[in-house]
Amino acid sequence: MKTLALATRNSKEILRDKLNLAFGLGFPIVLLLLLTAIQSNIPAEIFVIDQLTPGIAVFGLSFISLFSGMLIAKDRTSSLMLRLFTSPLRPGNFIFGYTIPLLPMAALQVGVCFAVAFFLGLTIDINVMLAIIVLIPAMVLFIGIGLLCGSVFTDRQVGGICGALLTNLSAWLSGTWFDLDLVGETFRSVAELLPFVHAVEAGRAAISGEYSAILPHLWWVIAYAVVVMGIAIIVFTRKMRSDNN
Amino acid sequence: MIAVQTENLTKQYKEKVAVNSLDLCVEQGELFALLGVNGAGKTTLIKMLSCLIKPTKGDASVFGKSIIAESFKVKELINVSPQETAIAPNLTVRENLEFIAGIHGNDKKSSKEKAHQMILSFGLDEIAKDKARILSGGWQRRLSIAMALISEPKLLFLDEPTLGLDVIARRELWNVINKMKGKVTIILTTHYMEEAVHLSDRIGIIVKGELKETGTADELMKKTCAKTFEDAFITISGEGGAVI
Repeated sequence: MKTLALATRNSKEILRDKLNLAFGLGFPIVLLLLLTAIQSNIPAEIFVIDQLTPGIAVFGLSFISLFSGMLIAKDRTSSLMLRLFTSPLRPGNFIFGYTIPLLPMAALQVGVCFAVAFFLGLTIDINVMLAIIVLIPAMVLFIGIGLLCGSVFTDRQVGGICGALLTNLSAWLSGTWFDLDLVGETFRSVAELLPFVHAVEAGRAAISGEYSAILPHLWWVIAYAVVVMGIAIIVFTRKMRSDNN
Repeated sequence: MIAVQTENLTKQYKEKVAVNSLDLCVEQGELFALLGVNGAGKTTLIKMLSCLIKPTKGDASVFGKSIIAESFKVKELINVSPQETAIAPNLTVRENLEFIAGIHGNDKKSSKEKAHQMILSFGLDEIAKDKARILSGGWQRRLSIAMALISEPKLLFLDEPTLGLDVIARRELWNVINKMKGKVTIILTTHYMEEAVHLSDRIGIIVKGELKETGTADELMKKTCAKTFEDAFITISGEGGAVI
């Protein structure tokens, strides 16, 4: 009940911020429409809808990091957190209270991406459902990044790091906008050390029905999600204690 | 019954002793005002008593529960209205109240009922549907105190509750606090002498982390042969009462 109360409050704080809705849902949809329009006017297959949609979905998840990071960072510096710390909440209540509301939001965001893609020509079948499931570890990863950034940085810094750096990293290094080989081997190697391209490739493999190609990419995302979320929980708990001293 | 008992309570930050071997006893139902200049150690003391920070030495009990060994149980008995208004800005007044009731373990139905009761008893009905961020400072502070009371704490900390409020809002809040007297034990910090005199049963004056004097306003004035309570406070605090 305590976790639910905190989670409900956090959901309302995020969803009632119109900028959050505009960026979280609006921006990925605009990109999807724009890139599909570009694709319809060029002969080469660069932004084919079934390849583009998982990339835009992963890109959109970077805004989930921004929302959660901003909320936590703002709360940390407010008196409300002092009130929460003097209440009988345990660390688990805090962690689940801040992360659980973001999972349905992330799932909704991915779902909206795929729904818009349907109107742009994506065939909705069981593979699309599989792609959404395959993106769950990426959702956890981006929520973990938000928790970590919100625990360490101020809300302004979170705005810069998650709003600018992370969105760009997840865009350029995911292979969504262009083939990574076009930039060079080093660029591809760096991209493949990070989880973004693996999340997109796992989603693409699911959509195209190449099931055997999912897991090699998905393991990367799962490993990153576990490590980042683990570090985020440790840092969040320690930071919460030290903020009061 | 004793609500708060501290024994040799000490908080040290490297070389600086913020609270020094403090012994204090507050009875159940009492409104105890803590006075001291900025940096005297009031906030550190409240942070220790509300289990936000651990003491370096000594211990304190809140209704018999140790703030060190039984901090979770202590948190079930207390609530705090912090110095800065502690509200969730995008939630309505009613939602803020339900939120705090929820994190104190009330189910949805009970949270709604308690929120409704607080809205009535704090006269918040006309703004119950308004978002907290658009309220005036006075209404926000009133809401903040209502949020502190919704968990039905046995001990309430009011940290400078009227700071920055205009005279009308301050008087209204005094009335609210006066109504709570006797029903809940209150530890209040303030910089306003008249507030301490008007509201408190007893006053404690902290100087450089030490509790120099405790007593009623009249007792402290008599002890220092002062004509006003402000003079008594200045005499007790001496020049500069803060821990540098």
